[in-house]
Amino acid sequence: MYRTRKTLFTAAALLAGSTGLAGIAQAEDTIKMGALATLEGAFAALGEDSMRGVTMALEEVDYMAGGKKIELVTGSSDASPDSAIRATRKLVEQDGVQVMVGPLSGSEGLAVKDYAKTQPDVTFVNGTSAAQDTTLRDPAPNFFRFSTDGAQWMAGLGEYAYNVKGYRSVAVLAEDYSFPYTQVFGFLEPFCRLGGKAPADARFWVPIGNKDYSSVIAALPDDVDAIYVALGGADAINFLTQYEQAGGELPLVAGSITVDQSVLGSKGRTRDFVIGTPSAGPISDTWDDPRWDAFVAAYQKRFPDGFPSPTLFSHGYYINTKALLLGIEAVGGDLSDGGAALRAALSALEFETPTGMVTLDPRRNAVADIFLTEVIVGPEGNLVNKTLEVIPAVSQTFGLAYEKFLEYGQVSRENPPCE
Amino acid sequence: MRQFIERHTFWAIVLVLLIAVFLWLVFAVWPPWLVAAIGRKKTFVNTLFNGVTLGGLYFLVASGFTLVFGLMRNVNLAHGSMYLLGGYIGYDVAEASGSWFLGLAVAFLVIALSGALLQVLVFRRMEGDDLRQTLVTIGLSIVAADLMLAAWTGVTYQFAPPEWLFGAAKLPIVSAVKSSGDAVYIKYPIYRLSVLVVAIGIGIALWLFLNRTRVGMMIRAGVNDRDMLSASGVNVQLVFAVVFAIGAGLAGFAGVVGGTALSISPGEDIRYLLASLIVVIVGGLGSVTGAAIGALLIGLAEQFGLAYFPTYGVVLTFLIMVFVLAVRPQGIMGGR
Repeated sequence: MYRTRKTLFTAAALLAGSTGLAGIAQAEDTIKMGALATLEGAFAALGEDSMRGVTMALEEVDYMAGGKKIELVTGSSDASPDSAIRATRKLVEQDGVQVMVGPLSGSEGLAVKDYAKTQPDVTFVNGTSAAQDTTLRDPAPNFFRFSTDGAQWMAGLGEYAYNVKGYRSVAVLAEDYSFPYTQVFGFLEPFCRLGGKAPADARFWVPIGNKDYSSVIAALPDDVDAIYVALGGADAINFLTQYEQAGGELPLVAGSITVDQSVLGSKGRTRDFVIGTPSAGPISDTWDDPRWDAFVAAYQKRFPDGFPSPTLFSHGYYINTKALLLGIEAVGGDLSDGGAALRAALSALEFETPTGMVTLDPRRNAVADIFLTEVIVGPEGNLVNKTLEVIPAVSQTFGLAYEKFLEYGQVSRENPPCE
Repeated sequence: MRQFIERHTFWAIVLVLLIAVFLWLVFAVWPPWLVAAIGRKKTFVNTLFNGVTLGGLYFLVASGFTLVFGLMRNVNLAHGSMYLLGGYIGYDVAEASGSWFLGLAVAFLVIALSGALLQVLVFRRMEGDDLRQTLVTIGLSIVAADLMLAAWTGVTYQFAPPEWLFGAAKLPIVSAVKSSGDAVYIKYPIYRLSVLVVAIGIGIALWLFLNRTRVGMMIRAGVNDRDMLSASGVNVQLVFAVVFAIGAGLAGFAGVVGGTALSISPGEDIRYLLASLIVVIVGGLGSVTGAAIGALLIGLAEQFGLAYFPTYGVVLTFLIMVFVLAVRPQGIMGGR
């Protein structure tokens, strides 16, 4: 019955779309900007925080860029590629946005990148989607990612787990789609190169939105040194709660969104057993730097009901929106050439973010600093990530030549094999 | 019992042997060849407990469903929505008051009331028209799902159960002996064990209510012959409303219990509706004992499927359903 309802709805939406298209008349002095995030499903809380990042970037310039007023239209998906495409199509074909920020989740990014190729006059800027192949293989000329990808986010973590923590074998628990594949690759590649093991039968892949982790927890092996967990949003919260309930004792190594503020700062019990968990990602809650401090202060002031400190998602959407606004400013708000000048400006853009300088590589993927972190109890008694190390200017190919890096193969469940 | 052994000596021996093997599997330390054949004992025992406790949760949801059907021949397809609504209301109350138990009580009462209202205001108007009632419940569930999405958004909610229900208990079951000679005991979440205890408690209470009280007697009489019951001076409409309230209330109650064990978010309504449908089809529509057996079977099948052959795990549940429908279409405990 659900299916029928959806079909009916889609049909209705299509009808509305085709009639609406004819009536679009762009006002001369406004630019329509779309923002797409996961406001439904397991990543709903993350999507909400993303929109806070968009709002912050827009309010900084008072919704004006290049002398034009920016009109924001938001769209919602549920982390599945088809929902992202549906929402993107609606924003582009029905609302007529000229520039778009989003999506949030890895496989959504892959889908939107492919869709972007069919809309050469619209400029797409990533949200926080971090699957490797969104920009590495077969990129779209009008898709830009000023946030880094999931493998870049893991820079330094594999080495840290092996050398400093002394872990030799890990079990892997991750969601079953492109972003966790990218993260697992980024973590395991250096870890296994040093001699670490992560056998295929100790890797567990669960669907997004899985609720019941009891059978996975029961199947986790005892004879590993740690569990590498790459789950996000409600999935991470569900797993951590159930793992603690089940009396799990293995130490964790966490993916970028598994112990960030969207999980640590969520309502409910404090999860003290994750103290000491190492992780890595594009932000660190306690980075001692005036640019980051100013961003945190602005976030806390603007959103008293938000997370205790901005998450990777508000940060990523903020950076990408800001880049887009800087680009529009650079071309004086002139998108009359189908955005070609804007895209040239974006490709050449270098700018200061709350986490340092960001530049783009030839495939329009960001080169940025990455933070190696560890969960500690912060000054206010809540859990935060402490900066262990800042790894400067991490590129998507980790400094290797492009062709050389492609030899590692596409990220997948079995890459790297690590037997 | 004695009669059974005398009549079916062979089957009695098989049964005793099976029980012995089962107990041995649970309590003995597994020899290496068995571990090599079917994996570690920790996985087996934990999966067994997961299956039984999940069965307990399914029973809480499905018992109300089957109760309503048994008496009114009304397949209430909005039952899942009541589960979800109960979870949301319970969460709000528990958050506002700080008491998880108050949340549980309010969820039961509010959903029970909404169930009674539904019976009085809607179903009474289309009595005896099964198809129409069923369609109306589908409509209600769709409207309710969107209203709940508007009110509580798409965020996943997780309850904070009382502190003493949190954490793991060490069971007196040895999973393995370390090389140092120390026994490793199996740990299991206390909360999930309490779900099982509550489900058994509710099951016994329902049985007592149906078999030992005056209202229960009326309900049973109503299941057998509605018209005769009405003719003998019982206010059938009142009995209907009471049964509907209890059935709905149990769904709301299960919403809080299940939402604490896992979590609540949009889509859970369909999930639990489907689970209760399968449970009552397997167990037999209208039978509370059948719901218990069906819930246990489906819970175990789901968990063992997930743990031992994750890709085809779901199929196992439906295979059971197909088998029951082929061999005993009225369900394991179904009458007629």
